[in-house]
Amino acid sequence: MAKIQGAIVVETDRCKGCELCMYACPQNVIAMSDEVNSITRNYAYMAHPEACTGCTNCATICPDGYISVYRVKVEE
Amino acid sequence: MDPKDIIKPENLVYRKSRLMSDNTFNFCPGCGHGLVVRTIAEVIEEMGIEHDVIGISPVGCSVFLYDFYKFDVVEAAHGRACAVATGIKRVQPDKFVFTYQGDGDLAAIGTGETMHACNRGENIVIVFINNGIYGMTGGQMAPTTLEGMKTTTCPRGRDVKTMGYPLNITPLLAQLDGVCYVTRHSVHTPANVRKLKKALRTAFENQRDKKGTSIVEVVSNCNSGWGMSPKAANEWMVENMFKKYPLGDIKVDGKLVMDMNAPR
Ligand SMILES: Cc1ncc(C[n+]2csc(CCOP(=O)(O)OP(=O)(O)O)c2C)c(N)n1
Ligand code: SF4
Ligand code: SF4
Ligand code: SF4
Ligand SMILES: [Mg+2]
Repeated sequence: MAKIQGAIVVETDRCKGCELCMYACPQNVIAMSDEVNSITRNYAYMAHPEACTGCTNCATICPDGYISVYRVKVEE
Repeated sequence: MDPKDIIKPENLVYRKSRLMSDNTFNFCPGCGHGLVVRTIAEVIEEMGIEHDVIGISPVGCSVFLYDFYKFDVVEAAHGRACAVATGIKRVQPDKFVFTYQGDGDLAAIGTGETMHACNRGENIVIVFINNGIYGMTGGQMAPTTLEGMKTTTCPRGRDVKTMGYPLNITPLLAQLDGVCYVTRHSVHTPANVRKLKKALRTAFENQRDKKGTSIVEVVSNCNSGWGMSPKAANEWMVENMFKKYPLGDIKVDGKLVMDMNAPR
């Protein structure tokens, strides 16, 4: 059966840490970092990459457009 | 599968519009302005009209719009966006002209300009960001501020007896004959952002088809001015702002579709 696997790239050094992407992810892929970036924000990152479906919700809700989404179909 | 094997150009399914510059938005973290600004760019990119579009940004948090788009933007004095848009559109009728106005702009200082542009049926798109407050200047009361809502100029909450009632302005504009399309949206969930995108597309297509004025209102948050986290502000907005400013179409193809007597 084919499975959809996704991955995101966050512009971590520009992320403003608003957390909206984290709450918008239906798979709980995203968490906020413990350390801060150069603008002193905790940034979003993929804490559970294996769960990402590439649904694009996080990227659609990022006010600043800091997320890109990639998606592949994996034959199992 | 390792993310490294997925993150390749051929697997890209979402990126910000290529019509956005690389400048960092001046907006606060989690502010809805960024989403509206980005969604407009996506629509213009998909319609392929970037060489024929002129945006107009009056004063408000979105005043620096020209820094964020790769297409042309003219800055206008506070409240004067619709007057500037009228001039540009009449001189260059083949261009797509849109204004991007806050509630302090459209529903306070620029009410006259907006109302008359709509009444003349200027063939423009008006994008209206209603966050119930003057965001840029530090959170003063706007005409749209809800009853009881606290701002720096009504610290005990808006008292309608002395300060008037929240101004629900888009249904008023919808009653003008020159207006063909009025719709109200939000950007607090991905689904709502996608709906807004469709509405903006309709608005620009109306302009292409010379149908008159199209107004797309976005009920948005001002988490800084409201003194809340972005998430809490969005929740507060759903609970309070949507009661006074319910989402949905108000006028479509020149016909009023909203029940004006429905409780709000
Ligand atoms: C002629 C004039 N009057 C007043 C101001 C001060 N001023 C700047 S922004 C603003 C209100 C902006 O509120 P809004 O349009 O709702 O935009 P927001 O920042 O909330 O998006 C005011 C009153 C000004 N810049 N110019
Ligand atoms: S693409 Fe979808 S599943 Fe993947 S992180 Fe973003 S919201 Fe979560
Ligand atoms: S939505 Fe964007 S700015 Fe906000 S935390 Fe996520 S990546 Fe950062
Ligand atoms: S002050 Fe309010 S409207 Fe302005 S950028 Fe900040 S949150 Fe957005
Ligand atoms: Mg405002």
